[in-house]
Amino acid sequence: MGILEVKNVGKRFGGLQALSEVNLSVAENSVHAIIGPNGAGKSTLLNCLVGKLIPDTGSVMFDGQSVLGRSPFEINQMGISRVFQTPEIFGDLTVMENMMIPIFASRDGSFRMHAVESVVSESEVVDYAEQMLEDMNMADKRHMHAAAMSRGDKRRLEIGMCLSQKPRLLLLDEPTAGMARADTNNTIDLLKQIKEDRDITIAIIEHDMHVVFSLAERITVLAQGTPLVEDAPENIKGNPKVREAYLGESA
Amino acid sequence: MLGLDKKDAVLLVIVAVLTMFAPFILNPFPEGSAMAQFNAGYPDLMQRFVIFGIFAIGFNILFGLTGYLSFGHAAFLGVGSYAAVWMFKLLSMNVIPAIVLAVIMSGLFALLIGYISLRRSGIYFSILTLAFAQMMFALAYSVLTPITGGETGLQLALDDPRILGQSQTPEGNIPVPGLFGFEMRDSAELVIGSWVFTFNLGYYFCGVILLLAFYLAIRIFRSPFGMMLRAIKSNQQRLNYTGINPKPYTLAAFVISGMYAGLAGALMASMDPLAGAERMFWTASGEVVLMTILGGVGTLIGPVLGAGAIKYMENIISKINSDILHSWFAFLPDGLEDFVVTIVYPFIGKGWHLTLGIIFMLVVIFLPGGLVEGGQRISSWLRNRRARRDDRRSKTEPAE
Repeated sequence: MGILEVKNVGKRFGGLQALSEVNLSVAENSVHAIIGPNGAGKSTLLNCLVGKLIPDTGSVMFDGQSVLGRSPFEINQMGISRVFQTPEIFGDLTVMENMMIPIFASRDGSFRMHAVESVVSESEVVDYAEQMLEDMNMADKRHMHAAAMSRGDKRRLEIGMCLSQKPRLLLLDEPTAGMARADTNNTIDLLKQIKEDRDITIAIIEHDMHVVFSLAERITVLAQGTPLVEDAPENIKGNPKVREAYLGESA
Repeated sequence: MLGLDKKDAVLLVIVAVLTMFAPFILNPFPEGSAMAQFNAGYPDLMQRFVIFGIFAIGFNILFGLTGYLSFGHAAFLGVGSYAAVWMFKLLSMNVIPAIVLAVIMSGLFALLIGYISLRRSGIYFSILTLAFAQMMFALAYSVLTPITGGETGLQLALDDPRILGQSQTPEGNIPVPGLFGFEMRDSAELVIGSWVFTFNLGYYFCGVILLLAFYLAIRIFRSPFGMMLRAIKSNQQRLNYTGINPKPYTLAAFVISGMYAGLAGALMASMDPLAGAERMFWTASGEVVLMTILGGVGTLIGPVLGAGAIKYMENIISKINSDILHSWFAFLPDGLEDFVVTIVYPFIGKGWHLTLGIIFMLVVIFLPGGLVEGGQRISSWLRNRRARRDDRRSKTEPAE
């Protein structure tokens, strides 16, 4: 029984069957990659996991509880953090404030009316945020506006924000999309480091095979909205079905 | 100081000094001089500066922090005024219960309107708030006449019960709003040479409330709650996926700013105990948007400055007439004098809106951060100049 259990999930947009009979089990403390050609339904599947979309059929269980019908913020409070394809951070806020918000969210829940105490007096949150920034090698940027940082730094900050919540499952949506090779390798190293340092399950949606094969312990190949194979990375490479899905039948 | 860091404490002290010494600061010209018409240090106008300052501070908590542009905030101002006048009619002429009821009532209205309007964001939210405010204006103007006084407005009468006070004074007049025996219109005058300074109790009462309102706004800006509101403006999607529910935060901000508006409305009624539906008209809602943008959206002191600037122009520029213009330009040759007066005339008197419009355009285009940004640019320019001068001096010294 995995920490995330997807059973028979189907989703239709008008005439397009985006997902059909998707079954997926992500084992606790593993790195599970979901790959597939464009239009395979990877993003749709991810959106079904985080509450952005509600599947037409099937169930999605996280740690024995259904996530269906819950809002994104409720699902986050259950222990799932999401990293977006283009880094989503609070651009108008400082790096330090960016780091404090998720910490407040995990400490105080989805709403708390703390309107008169000052942020700087919340020493436990401040200290933890400082330490997270140290861990992410961003302590020198703490007073910078987050929007002014490079893309690689924004990605690093976003991952740091998600980690500060000590999520049980970290979902990454093409974390290296549009990145230069050096930035991609940095991100891979960062994720490896994260996996080494803490008990965390990572599910990663990725296009870049280099990233997938350097990180994943388990790979699910999605094609035309349905899982083709699920196997260890070394078996995926040589699998003819996978090659066919990516390159077409003639290959 | 008071749980504020140094910068905020300085800001609070500046506002406190400005408010407390306003009768001097706003009356720089001696009585009877040609410039005396630019004096703004009379109670009526100073009260308006402060009351609209409170209104704009509250509006800025919603608009400046969350980015939700309400176009119907005058509705809460009106609710506050009506509630206060009803307190004067039914309970007593003491302003404290009137203010308390006004803040509660406007908070309740804001809760209802905010709950519905906040289902949408952006332009749709603005239109919803505008629609609500116009509905309330129309209701107050017609069907609700028994409660609001309709076209004539809600006024005090000699036969009002005032169960804790008196229906009429021994002389048979309607009593005036007061605070434990002191009347809001009580004034003292200080004459120094040809200067006359007026100290009005009502003004100082409003001034103290402005300081409290400003202090509370600083605390909200610096609190985790305020940080969440800024996060809503910055990236609502990220906030959602970070485990925060933005809805109660925006609703709380909406209700708080509605209560500020109600407080301002109650103070208006306390200074002059009547309330009319025109206070809820959409132009009044637009005015507070202008004040906030002119002063600086999302800054602490901006809305206060913006409110002061607009009210000053409304009252001072609109009072200039063509005779005054002719006396100013009398030194010019006749034909030229008439020409200059003709050019300037559309911008004064009833044309003060034209002046306001031009200033507003210039600020939005060249100083998007409002008057506050203007101040920051000037101070950084001065600092640079001083630094350069020091540089030059330190370079020349070794040569000696």
